[in-house]
Amino acid sequence: MSAKNSISVIIQKRRAEIQNEWVRLLTAAVASSKGGISPKDLAQQAEQFLAVLDTALQSQNLNVGAREWDGVRAFLEDLSRQRVLAGFASDETATFIFSLKRPIFAALREESGNDAAQLAEATWRASDLLDQLGLHTIKTFQKAREDVISRQQQELLELSTPVVKLWDGILALPMIGTLDSARTQIVMESLLQKIVDTESQIAIIDITGVPTVDTLVAQHLLKTVTALRLMGADCIISGVRPQIAQTIVHLGVDLEGVTTKANLADALALALKRTGVTFTKL
Amino acid sequence: MGEFLLVTIQVDMHDQLALRLQDDLTSAIEKKSAKGVLIDISALEMVDSFIGRMIADISGMARILDAKTVLVGMQPAVAITLVELGLSLPGVLTALNVERGMQLLRRVLNDVGSDDHFIQR
Repeated sequence: MSAKNSISVIIQKRRAEIQNEWVRLLTAAVASSKGGISPKDLAQQAEQFLAVLDTALQSQNLNVGAREWDGVRAFLEDLSRQRVLAGFASDETATFIFSLKRPIFAALREESGNDAAQLAEATWRASDLLDQLGLHTIKTFQKAREDVISRQQQELLELSTPVVKLWDGILALPMIGTLDSARTQIVMESLLQKIVDTESQIAIIDITGVPTVDTLVAQHLLKTVTALRLMGADCIISGVRPQIAQTIVHLGVDLEGVTTKANLADALALALKRTGVTFTKL
Repeated sequence: MGEFLLVTIQVDMHDQLALRLQDDLTSAIEKKSAKGVLIDISALEMVDSFIGRMIADISGMARILDAKTVLVGMQPAVAITLVELGLSLPGVLTALNVERGMQLLRRVLNDVGSDDHFIQR
């Protein structure tokens, strides 16, 4: 057996014992990690991995990025994603690969007998291979985490711009958080569509929850107001805090005749008056 | 009080058609002594700066002939496009649909001399 194919040979010859030792190490590692996975699933994953690894090694190509290793990489990507969802940390996930080193090195030592040079070479190749696979696992783990975050950001964006009906013909849009171009786009679309659906005349945009208003935010707000006007609806901006009033004046922002009110109650009273609704105490 | 005129724009306008529309509309306003013009664009899914200018022009001509123009039925996507293009159509009254447009016209024409403050520019 040469150093080059030694890993392939021992995987084929000693798969069962390598697998058992590996699963033992994995189970011990999982016990002390943040995420959770059953011993049975762990054993199954180990078995499946060794199977795809065996196939890939038969190509005699130890470059992990090659086409022959697509199956192995796909398996690891799948594993990473599952681990992210199961709450594992990135190092705990990479342990899946790295803990395979011990049983493989042990098997190599036994197979190499007294040939120290060959053992050193074979151990190095095995170590290098497993390092590459381990790094690939970590890379995929990171990417899966980032995907979760960006999906959550998207959901947050959608959740935080609800359009509510306050009264017949009066809609309210309570804004929470910063107002950027992406958000403005979503706000405009959902608000305008709601105007059409409910045939409302007045939209109250409440900015109590908007921390800062700079010229960019003011522009976005004005765009929304203009779009509303083009559709025949009227707009009142409420929840203007003292700091924001100061900022707007200091920046010289022209509100172009948009009606503003300090709070939602005042805005609602005005909207009701405009739509011809009065309340009387009984 | 004169009549209202209703113009429904359904097809994509090009130069010749737009000029024809302006001619037809101004003559109709004069012939019927119309005091109000409703331009219905609810069938337009897309509007560009050309149409925007055309609407502003028609509104201007109608005003000179002592008629008020109300633009009705703008779709949300169209409104957003116009805003992004920087066309806010100043001087043009707007309403959600034809019914509201007529209510608006009646209200505006009854207040002789004063204009509705909150639904116009």
